[in-house]
Amino acid sequence: MPIHVLVASVKDMRLGDAAVTAIFGYLVVFLGLTLLMTILYLMGAGFQAKAKRKQAVPAVAASEAAAESAPEQLLAPGSAGHVKLYDVPDKEAAMIMAIVANQMQKPLNELHFISIKEVKNDEV
Amino acid sequence: MDILETLKTLWSGSGFYNFFMDGGYKNLIMIVISCALLYLGIKKKFEPLLLVGIAFGCLLVNISYFVSADSTNALYHPELWDQFLDHDSPYYHSYGNIMSNGGLLDILYIGVKTGLYPSLIFLGIGAMTDFGPLLSNPKSLLLGAAAQMGVFLAFFGAICIGFDGNQAASIGIIGGADGPTAIFLTSKLAPELLGPIAVAAYSYMALIPLIQPPLMRLLTTKKEREVKMEQTREVSKTEKIIFPIVVAVFIILLLPSTAPLIGCLMLGNLWKECGVTARLSDTVQNALMNIVTVFLGISVGATMVAGNFLSWRTLLIILLGLAAFAFSTIGGLLVGKLMYVLTGGKINPLIGSAGVSAVPMAARVSQNEGQKANPSNFLLMHAMGPNVAGVIGSAIAAGFLLAVFG
Repeated sequence: MPIHVLVASVKDMRLGDAAVTAIFGYLVVFLGLTLLMTILYLMGAGFQAKAKRKQAVPAVAASEAAAESAPEQLLAPGSAGHVKLYDVPDKEAAMIMAIVANQMQKPLNELHFISIKEVKNDEV
Repeated sequence: MDILETLKTLWSGSGFYNFFMDGGYKNLIMIVISCALLYLGIKKKFEPLLLVGIAFGCLLVNISYFVSADSTNALYHPELWDQFLDHDSPYYHSYGNIMSNGGLLDILYIGVKTGLYPSLIFLGIGAMTDFGPLLSNPKSLLLGAAAQMGVFLAFFGAICIGFDGNQAASIGIIGGADGPTAIFLTSKLAPELLGPIAVAAYSYMALIPLIQPPLMRLLTTKKEREVKMEQTREVSKTEKIIFPIVVAVFIILLLPSTAPLIGCLMLGNLWKECGVTARLSDTVQNALMNIVTVFLGISVGATMVAGNFLSWRTLLIILLGLAAFAFSTIGGLLVGKLMYVLTGGKINPLIGSAGVSAVPMAARVSQNEGQKANPSNFLLMHAMGPNVAGVIGSAIAAGFLLAVFG
């Protein structure tokens, strides 16, 4: 059905026809972009799930391998101990520990960090 | 040789003579207007890449074409285009007539009339645009849709004032704040209004930093403007490659009349993102874009013939265009406020005003206003989402109007 049927004469429109066309046009724009938004959300969810699966497989394999191969290590004097890192690079972990020590006004070797984990937006 | 007679012939054939003939004073007024536009483009830097070309095109046509004189040497011939559009003329839709009898600007104008230049500009825009912020926060599309409110309100306003449907649709699209889309639609629906609509669209786009902030402050509270938005997720390369394909397929199937604009926009973006066509991406966003801008500016300026431009209609178009811009900004802000409420204050409503295309100026305005309210606020990347959504939104609005009135 052509859209021309919306109005009797598209050249010289009556106010009522113009109002209907304006409202309908605005709705079409909303509808089009809302459908596109839905597609993008679905696409994004698919890619995020795939990325999580990819991340999880090597992380589990690596932690299992480390647990099997590494013998119990003695801590060096003054060490802050072993820190478990979840999705946090070493450099960032070191920076976070330094900031915490600075904020607490305590030497780093007097603090014991158990783990540092990145809090994702969807976990807040 | 009769020197006196020769001088007389030279004088009567000159443009200076024609200024004193019937309607010649209008050409003088247009020359003043073109100089004013040149001043705005060069001195005030109002969209100079296009406005300087438009202004000079206007100058050229008004010093070479006079209503009361022989137009053999004119660069642009409005009467040829009247024949081109007249169903009863033997030259109806005859590009051959234009090519054989037209001047330089007539021939360049064919690119506007066929929709070639706006589509090629969209190719370049696509290659320059990063849709990552939109992909990481697809809700931005709603803000891009909301900010098309001005298009349809100005359309309705134009009908109320007395414009016909085609003209009202062309005036309304000024509210999309997207120059190539406005030129594309107007050249198809109301080519006689192309000059004033192009000037209004590009002038208001340049004036966005003046038009939007008062409305943004009026419609939002300080608490809302201070909201710091959370960082959005990272978007993978594959998503960015799939995006233009999905959008092209979906939008063009939904509204086939958007095919030239959306098709070119998404092809340009695919060239940018796919990683194997760097040369093409570079060409369309630099060399091709510049070449088309040269032709587009000068040929749009050529339509500003005194007889067409100097009328109350032009003044009304300029006023309606301003209203369209304002209502588009208001539409984006209102939906931004709604999102602020629905998300429990996680979305800063200021990003809504960026839904009015005008990439990246409108997003920068959101960033500036957000930072004025809270100096540690960085809204630019969040505002880029609605901003690029606005480009798609205004193309859909144009596609709808073309489907109804085309």
